[in-house]
This record gives sequence, structure tokens and C-alpha cells, in this order.
Amino acid sequence: MSTTPRNLQILTLVTALLGLIALGLVFFYAPREAVMGEVQRIFYFHVPSAWVGGLAFFVTLVAGVAFLRTGDTKWDRVGFSSVEIGLTFSIMTLFSGMLWARPIWNSWWTWDPRLTTFTILLLLYFAYLMLRQGIEDPGRRARFAAVYGIVAFVSVPITYFAIQLARSIHPVLFGAANPNAKGDSSLTPAMLRTFFFCLFTFTVLYVTLLWHRLRLANYAEHVEQLKARLINS
Amino acid sequence: MTNSPTDRLPSALGQGLRATFAIVRKDLTAEVRSKELVSALLVFSLLVVLIFNFALELDKAARENVAAGVLWVTFTFAGTLGLNRAFAAEKDRGSFDGLLLAPVDRAAIYFGKLIGALIFMLTVEAIVIPVFSLLYNINLFRPLLLLVVLLGTFGYAVVGTLLASMAMHTRARDVMLPILLFPVAIPVIIAAVKASAGILLASDWGEIAPWINLLVVYDTIFIAIAYMVFDYLVEE
Repeated sequence: MSTTPRNLQILTLVTALLGLIALGLVFFYAPREAVMGEVQRIFYFHVPSAWVGGLAFFVTLVAGVAFLRTGDTKWDRVGFSSVEIGLTFSIMTLFSGMLWARPIWNSWWTWDPRLTTFTILLLLYFAYLMLRQGIEDPGRRARFAAVYGIVAFVSVPITYFAIQLARSIHPVLFGAANPNAKGDSSLTPAMLRTFFFCLFTFTVLYVTLLWHRLRLANYAEHVEQLKARLINS
Repeated sequence: MTNSPTDRLPSALGQGLRATFAIVRKDLTAEVRSKELVSALLVFSLLVVLIFNFALELDKAARENVAAGVLWVTFTFAGTLGLNRAFAAEKDRGSFDGLLLAPVDRAAIYFGKLIGALIFMLTVEAIVIPVFSLLYNINLFRPLLLLVVLLGTFGYAVVGTLLASMAMHTRARDVMLPILLFPVAIPVIIAAVKASAGILLASDWGEIAPWINLLVVYDTIFIAIAYMVFDYLVEE
């Protein structure tokens, strides 16, 4: 058993520092939003969480393809580690969004395309974890999970497109303005800088967490092998 | 050798098609002799329609708006039940291992099971639709609606067959299939319900066309994915 690698120790420290700076920027640097007030500051963590969720599930897709092509169980461990982190951040996105929506939209929940797609996304990856739990054989578990990781990721944009054909009230931050959006925000340069810093911080946080989770998965695998050897001897 | 049309095709493709249709014939023969799956699905579907009748006050005005939804919920639930049974039976009798031993392309097994599932679901739908039309006094026999039913059922069966072949190996397989399948199948259900409702309410073609396009796109994407990954699911 090795101790935590030096690089990971440094990365963890850097992540913690970035997190503190991000908090500082969010609360002291970014200006108070004129219409929405303090509650708008949720946005700086809400959107990066959603981004990390998407990134994590994309990593699972790539790991799934890599696993099916190479058969290397390392990719399987990357896949499910990434799903666990992605789910955590997706749940954070959902709850931070609800906290924001309550004062701005005057309701915790609306059946908006993004919210609905996001809920379906959560259900897809909960299903991914349940599928893994339901299969005893490790080889089969890895293959099935890889396939489901691919199917799930491909279905999300189609689901979003399908729901999008209905009208949306979610604010669109970049690109085309949504005429039906309620609580639309135009960002000042200071807000944008804060936002991109948070986005960067969350991405680094994802990498750090994935690294830690992978080490845990590797140890779990190692323990399984030791157990198997003990039983066989 | 009989002189069937498939004999004249290039040998690899011809062999794949022969294997596919052999599997379809096997499933159909088993079904024709036992009649357990289709009759169970049929009774189940009619019960769902009946429950909806009590759950929603389907007066004349509500009927036209809700009919498409009721129809597709019925097909969705019956479809899951049918897919589950089709694979559970193979697993319980140990006949799936036999299929895997056959020296044919694994894709042929997938397409065989898919066509089998599709025939079962369409048979049930072919009986539910007239009964539904009769009970709710609403004419469902419109060519466009039948096309939507065909496309929607196809998309559902494509993903359903793929996921059912996974679900059959899990511990709680009966609950596992809907949990895996429903979130993936949501675009099919949305598109099918919207298109069917548009047709029943006699909307413009411009409002119906995007949904039909979506169904075609979904079917195409997922049949390609299923074709690519099915080999990995049955690799023992």
C-alpha cells in the first residue's frame, strides 16, 4: 500500500486554495446583481456544478468506449468513479437551482425543459449505479455498465431536444437570448471573471476528486484480488 | 436447399438474415403453441385502459386531448412486460446459452429478438387500437397515426431489446428493465404522444412533422448503437 502520491497531495492543496479564492470572489468581488439581489450569487456555483456533471458523464462515455475496445478494467473504474462524482454535482446543481428558483420564479420547481432533462439525467445515472449493483460477475458488470454509459449519454441530447420543442423559461446565459426567460441576467465583466474562475475551480475539483476516487477503486480491486487468492489457497 | 429469396443474397448477409429469421420463427412458433405472452399482454393492456377510464374522468372534451397519452402509457407498460417475458423465458429455460452457441453473427440474435418483440407488441397494439376506438368513440384508424405507432413501437423495441438483454442478468430483473429503459425511452414517448395528439386534434402538418422526424432520428441512432454494442453484451 502506497501513501498518497506527492502530485495528488499538491493538487488537493491547490484545489482547496482555489475553492477559498472562488468563495472570496463570489462574495466580495462580484457585484450585487441589480434585479435579483444576493440570491444571484448561487449562479457562480450552480452552473459550474452542472458543467462538472456533464463533463463527468462524458468521461464515463469515453471510458465506456475505451473499456469495450481494450477490455482493460482500469477504464471501468474510471467510468463508475466519474458517474459517482457526476451524480454528486448534478444533485448540487438541482438543489442550488431550486434555492434560486424559489425567490425568482416563485416556485421550487417548474417543468422547464432544462429542469426536466436534468431530472431524467439524474435518473439515468442512478439507473447506471443500480445496474452495477444488480450484477454479481465483475466482467459482465463492467461490460453492461460501459454499454449503459454510452446509451445514457447519447439519449440525453435527444431528450433535451424533445422537451425543448415546448417553451422554456430558463434563462439562457450565452448565445441566443430566450424571449420567454424569467430572471434573465446580463453579466458584467467582474461577474464573468468570477464565473469563469469558479468554472475553472470546479473543473480542477473534479479532477482531484476523480483521482482520489480512482485510488480508492484501485485499492478495492486489490482487496478483492487478495480475498480471492485467500479463498483459493 | 430450398430456394428462398435470401439464398440469392451475398453469402454473409444472406446467412445473417437466415439466422435472424430462424430466431424470429422460433419465437413465433413457441408463442403460437403456448399463446401465453400475447394473451397476457392483451389482457394487461385492456386492464390499463380500463384503469385509466376510472382514474381520469374521460368526458367527451377530455378524451380527445388525453387519448394519445393513455394509448402510449398503455403501450409503454405492456411493452416492458413483453420484453421482460421474452428474455426471462429464454433465461429460465437456459435456451439463451443455446442461441449463443449457434455459429452465427451475434447481431443476428439481436435482430431476431428485436423483430420477435416488435411482432408481439404490434399484435397487441393491433387489437388494443380498435378496442380503444370502440370504447372511447374516437377513430384511431388514420394512416398517419398508424405510422406514428409503428415508428414509436420500433424505437421502443430497439432500445428495449438491448436493455432487456442486460436486465435479464441482474438480480431484480423485473424491476430493473423499466428503471433502465424509461429514462432512455422518454424522447420516444414524448414524440409519439405529441405526434398522436396532433393527428387526433387534426393539427397542421407543420406541427406534426418535427415529432415524426424526431422518431425517425431516434430509431436510426439507437439501432446503430445497438448494432455496435450488442456483441459485448452477450460475450461469455
